[in-house]
Amino acid sequence: MIAIIDYAAGNLTSVARAVSHIGFQCLVTTDAGEILKAERIIFPGVGAAGSAMASLKRTGLDSAIADAFRMGTPILGICLGTQVIMGHSEENDTPCLGIIKGLVRAFEIDKAAENGSRLKIPHMGWNSVVIKKEHPVLSGIGRDDEFYFVHGFYPDPANTEQVLGITNYGISFASVIGFKNLFATQFHLEKSGKPGLRMLKNFCKWKP
Amino acid sequence: MLSKRIIPCLDVREGKTTKGIKFKDNIDIGDPVEMARLYYESGADEIVFYDITASSEKRDIMIDVVRRVADSIFIPFSVGGGIRSVDDMRKVLLAGAEKVSVNSAAVKNPDIISKGAEAFGSQCIVLGMDVKHVGKKDNIPSGYEIVINGGRTYMGIDALKWAIQAQELGAGEICLNSIDADGTTTGYELKLTSLISGSVEIPVIASGGAGTPEHLKDVLTKGKADAALIASMIHYGNYTLGQIKSYLASSGVKVRKSW
Repeated sequence: MIAIIDYAAGNLTSVARAVSHIGFQCLVTTDAGEILKAERIIFPGVGAAGSAMASLKRTGLDSAIADAFRMGTPILGICLGTQVIMGHSEENDTPCLGIIKGLVRAFEIDKAAENGSRLKIPHMGWNSVVIKKEHPVLSGIGRDDEFYFVHGFYPDPANTEQVLGITNYGISFASVIGFKNLFATQFHLEKSGKPGLRMLKNFCKWKP
Repeated sequence: MLSKRIIPCLDVREGKTTKGIKFKDNIDIGDPVEMARLYYESGADEIVFYDITASSEKRDIMIDVVRRVADSIFIPFSVGGGIRSVDDMRKVLLAGAEKVSVNSAAVKNPDIISKGAEAFGSQCIVLGMDVKHVGKKDNIPSGYEIVINGGRTYMGIDALKWAIQAQELGAGEICLNSIDADGTTTGYELKLTSLISGSVEIPVIASGGAGTPEHLKDVLTKGKADAALIASMIHYGNYTLGQIKSYLASSGVKVRKSW
């Protein structure tokens, strides 16, 4: 069973619908026990880092995720889930789970000038991913494939070896991160059409 | 670099689309779920649904449509029309929509924007604006006024001022509809779009007036829009999404080419 972690951070139904659509069973849960038992874990999320971390701590899910990672359970981070596995977020100055060392930084509007026009924050819409390192979950993803992003902050791993893909929006940032049994994307693969579903399917079969 | 989004808009009344698709006869043209699936398959970047059901008792039909759409397409979609409270927003979002759009309810009660943003995040809250050109006046310095009820009721509110206020209240995006251009198929209102889009930090979807791919190119370049809403030009089969996107790509507008 695939456990989708519910920590009161946004729209979880879309992740569950996408998983069901590609033919896998999943369970949306707030229960640390279920998460530790799960065959794989999806850690989604929309919202702010501060309230997300507060909710994870209150429910004890913070240590459940860390334990599952140590046990080798395949974990997929999506959007806010990906930011929360980093060391620290500039959003609400929040200490995070620290599975990936590094910071979550804010896009700075003034730095983001492109073609003379100001870039808008949040980074919302479809953008491409340049793959830096091959990974089983990225199998079959092409150069023209684009993914749906909605975020005002981005992950910046300290170890560039963990950056699997980058995206450009005024600056280049890590949009795909991989480390051991963890695979994480800044974009919403559940809302990225067929390439997103393909990645999700790859994750559901991945044996790290 | 971010792609410009091309967004088909479907009007839904009591669970049925009000404009059919003429170029496909193997699908139920009245079914919003089938139409959404067709546009998803053919390269739409997002889909907008407007519930134009008149009676409030029949509004729950839309929730069922939203649920079925969410099971069928895996791109973002928003739902507007008849959203009057945070509770209405919650119903639509829990049914699987990515975003909700508020229009007249927000004009009458701007708090709904901040309450919605607080409850679900700004990225979920789209402000729909219906705007008419009225010329510059003391209370309308931009020359563009907010109207509601399909353009029949003038609100005495300046469109630019309202856009900035809505952003401050927490709207994550603006869907800007020109009542003057709407239905003309002679092109978007470029001056209005460029004025609003150049003055806010959130993305702006241009709406009203699309008739040819060139109109989209104009509004996405000169009009500074981040996305373009289209309706009859694809519903009636004059163009496909693929044709529109090829034209835009060949004109130097970055669009998503693989789906």
